[in-house]
Amino acid sequence: MKIHKYDTVIVGAGGAGMRAAIESTKRSRTAVLTKLYPTRSHTGAAQGGMAAALANVEEDNWEWHTFDTVKGGDYLVDQDAAEILAKEAIDAVLDLEKMGLPFNRTPNGTIDQRRFGGHSRNHGEAPVRRSCYAADRTGHMILQTLYQNCVKEGVEFFNEFYVLDQLITEIDGVKHSAGVVAYELATGEIHIFQAKAVIYASGGTGKFFKVTSNAHTLTGDGQAACYRRGLPLEDMEFFQFHPTGIWRMGILLTEGARGEGGILRNKDGERFMEKYAPVMKDLASRDVVSRSIYTEIREGRGCGPEGDHVFLDLTHLPPEQLDAKLPDITEFARTYLGIEPYTDPIPIQPTAHYAMGGIPTNVQGEVLSDNTTVVPGLYAAGEVACVSVHGANRLGTNSLLDINVFGKRSGIAAAEYSAKHDYVELPENPESLVVAQIEKLRNSTGNERVADLRRELQETMDANVMVFRTEQTIKTAVEKIAELRERYENVSIQDKGKRFNTDLLEAIELGNLLELAEVMAVSALARKESRGGHYREDYPNRDDVNFMRHTMAYREVGEDGSETVRLDYKPVVQTRYQPMERKY
Amino acid sequence: MATPVLDKVEKDSAASPYITVTMRIRRFNPEVSDASVWEDFQIEIDPKERVLDALHKIKWDVDGTLTFRRSCAHGICGSDAMRINGKNRLACKTLIKDINPEKPITVEAIKGLTVLKDLVVDMEPFFQAYRDVMPFLVTKGNEPTRERLQSAEDRERFDDTTKCILCAACTSSCPVFWNDGQYFGPAAIVNAHRFIFDSRDEAGEQRLEILNDKDGVWRCRTTFNCTDACPRGIEVTKAIQEVKRALITRRF
Repeated sequence: MKIHKYDTVIVGAGGAGMRAAIESTKRSRTAVLTKLYPTRSHTGAAQGGMAAALANVEEDNWEWHTFDTVKGGDYLVDQDAAEILAKEAIDAVLDLEKMGLPFNRTPNGTIDQRRFGGHSRNHGEAPVRRSCYAADRTGHMILQTLYQNCVKEGVEFFNEFYVLDQLITEIDGVKHSAGVVAYELATGEIHIFQAKAVIYASGGTGKFFKVTSNAHTLTGDGQAACYRRGLPLEDMEFFQFHPTGIWRMGILLTEGARGEGGILRNKDGERFMEKYAPVMKDLASRDVVSRSIYTEIREGRGCGPEGDHVFLDLTHLPPEQLDAKLPDITEFARTYLGIEPYTDPIPIQPTAHYAMGGIPTNVQGEVLSDNTTVVPGLYAAGEVACVSVHGANRLGTNSLLDINVFGKRSGIAAAEYSAKHDYVELPENPESLVVAQIEKLRNSTGNERVADLRRELQETMDANVMVFRTEQTIKTAVEKIAELRERYENVSIQDKGKRFNTDLLEAIELGNLLELAEVMAVSALARKESRGGHYREDYPNRDDVNFMRHTMAYREVGEDGSETVRLDYKPVVQTRYQPMERKY
Repeated sequence: MATPVLDKVEKDSAASPYITVTMRIRRFNPEVSDASVWEDFQIEIDPKERVLDALHKIKWDVDGTLTFRRSCAHGICGSDAMRINGKNRLACKTLIKDINPEKPITVEAIKGLTVLKDLVVDMEPFFQAYRDVMPFLVTKGNEPTRERLQSAEDRERFDDTTKCILCAACTSSCPVFWNDGQYFGPAAIVNAHRFIFDSRDEAGEQRLEILNDKDGVWRCRTTFNCTDACPRGIEVTKAIQEVKRALITRRF
C-alpha cells in the first residue's frame, strides 16, 4: 500500500475533471485520478454543441437561456444555479476558444451557432441558434482541448487508477473529506490519497441500462463511493433518454441532426412531432420527443417488421451539409448499419443517455451531506453531481456547458479551500473497506457470474424504468434489483491475478450499478407524478403541490446489517420563474 | 422526400443469423508465463456485431482473464486499437462480417509498444511523444475580450488533424516506429500539424524545430501504413508531408 499526499485530488479526467484540474493545478498541488486515460473519457462522445447566448448569429441573451433551462427541466431546476450556468456560459465558451478549441466559424470569423432542442428565442417563441459547435464532434474537441491545456499546465495524472472509496473523518459530528482510496489497475496495488480537497468528476451511471449511449465504463463509481459513506444522492429517478440512438445499439446520433433540419418520421412517412410539439416540432425537449417516439411505436406506427423504431430522415439535406456539419454520425450509420444517410433514413430509438441526478452540491461545487450542510473539503462537478441545473430533464448542449462552468468553479473553490486548510486525519485502516471488497471477490467460490447479473439488471431497467413507468413496473424493478443484489453476494471471478485485472474491476463496477439502480428505482417509485424524464403512466400529470421538491436518497443500514434506501426531500430554489405548463 | 419504406435495413436485420467464428487471440500474462501463446475461442455471433462484441462474449461467458481496454464502443475514445487479421483497427469499429469470418480471426496487441497483458500495451511512450510536440495553442500578446477571429478557410486548413483520438493505430502500424521507439511517430506529428497550421497559433517554428530532430519527420518513409490504419480517416501521411514541406519552405 502506498500513501500519497496532495492538496487537491480530482477523481475523473473527463471534461469536468480536466476543467477543474486546469484551475486547481495553478493554485494547489493537484493529482488527477482516472480509471481510463484522460482522452478516453465519455465527454469525447458528446456531439452537438455547447450552449451560450453569444448572439453571434441572431439576437439572444442569457436570461432566455436561463428560462429555457428551467422550463426544459420541468421547473425542478434550482433557478439560482441555472442563472449562473447561463450567465457564465459565455465566458466558458470564450475560455475554450482561447485555449484553442477549433469551433466552426461564421463568415465573419466568429464562433458559429446552431439550433438545438428546447433552446428558444424570447421564452419559447421560436428556436434560436445558441449551440456553439465543432461539426458533430464538439465533445471530442472539448476533451482534446482540455487535455492539451492540462499538458500545457503540467497537470499530474494517475492513469488507470480506480477510486473505490471516499474517506470521511468526523470532526465534532461533521463529516469531513479526508481523501480517497484507489486501486492501480496495472499492479493491483492499493493507494491512499490523503487530500485537503477532493473533487468528484467521474461521470454518469448509464450502464445500468441496456440500450444506452453511455460507455462501458460509466458505472457510477463516484456516486457509489459517496453514497456508501452515508452521503445522499439527489434526484436519481431523473434519467434522460435521448430520442435518437441507433436502433438496438443505442449509439448517439446528435440532436444537432435535427438542429440542421433532420426530421423524425413514422412508418407512414409522417412528421409526427408536429402533433406533439406544434412550435418546436422535432426540436422539442428530449423527454417530450422520446415519449412521442414511443407513443408512435406503441400505437402501431413504428417502422420495421417489429415496428420497434422510427426514422431519422436526413435525405432532404444536401450531402455537402451532412459532410460539413454531421460527418461523424453519418459515418456511424454507414459503419454500424450499412446505410447511406444521403439517400436512406436512419432507424433510431430512444437511448439511455444522461443522469440528471447525482451527488448534491451547491453552486460552488461543495458536496452536501443533507439539504444544507456542506461536507468540508468535498466537491463534485459534471454528470456525477446534481447542482441542480438540469432538474427533471437536461437540455441538449447544457451538459458540455455544465462541465465547463461547474468544473471551473469547483476547481477554483477546492484549490482555495486546500490553501486555507490543513489535512484532516485519515480514518483508522483507511484501506480496510476496499481490501475487504477485493479479497471477497478474489476468494469467492460462488456460482454467479458478473455478466449474467449485469445483463439481467440492464434488461429489467430497460423494461421497467425507462421512458414509461408505472407503480407496477417500478416495483418489478425494485424486486428484481433486490434479487440481483442478493445473488451478487455469490459472484465470483476467474482472474485471480494482480496485473490488469479487469475481471475484478467489472465485478466492482457491477456492485456500484446495482446499488445505484436500487436508489433510482426506489426514488422513482415514491415520485407519484410525471415530470421531465420521469414519466408515470399511472400519474401522467405534474404535481407541483406534492412533488415540486428534490428527492434526497440516503443509505440506511439496519442493526442486522440490512440495507435500505431512505428518502427525504429538499425544496427547489425558485427565483424568477413561476411554474407553468410546459408546451413546445 | 420519399416515404420511408421497409428497405434493406429491415430485411437484413429481421433474421439474426448467428454464425460460429474462431477468434484466435495472442495471449500474454507474465504472472503466468513469460511466453505469449495463440489461443482459439469458438463463439456464436451475429456477423453484424463488432470484434469488440466478440471479445466481450469471450471475456464475459468463457474466460474472464482475457484482458483488453475499451470504453465508448463506437470509435470515439480510442481505447481499443488492436491488430486484427494483421491490420491495425479499432475493435469497436470493425464488424465481423467485414473481416472474413470463414477463417479464424486473429487478434493481437498493437506492435512497437511493450505488451503488458494480452491486448494491453504500455501507452506511456506514445503519450510522451505527443506531449513532446507542444500539443497546445500558443499565443502572444494580450488576450482579446471576445473570441479570436478565424475565417472558415483558416479553420478548414487543419480540420483533418483535429479528428485524432490518440488511439495509436497509426504510430503502431509504422515500420520505422517498430524499429526505433525514439521516432516521434505519426500521431505526434499529426497533433503538431493540428497546431502548426492553426492560424491562431504562434509556436509553429518551435514545433517545426522539434520535428526537425533526428527522430522527427525525416524518419518517415512514406509507407502510408498510418493512413491505412487511421480509424478516423485522417490523411496522416499527407499531414506528415505537409510538415516536411513547411520545414523546407518555412511557410505554414
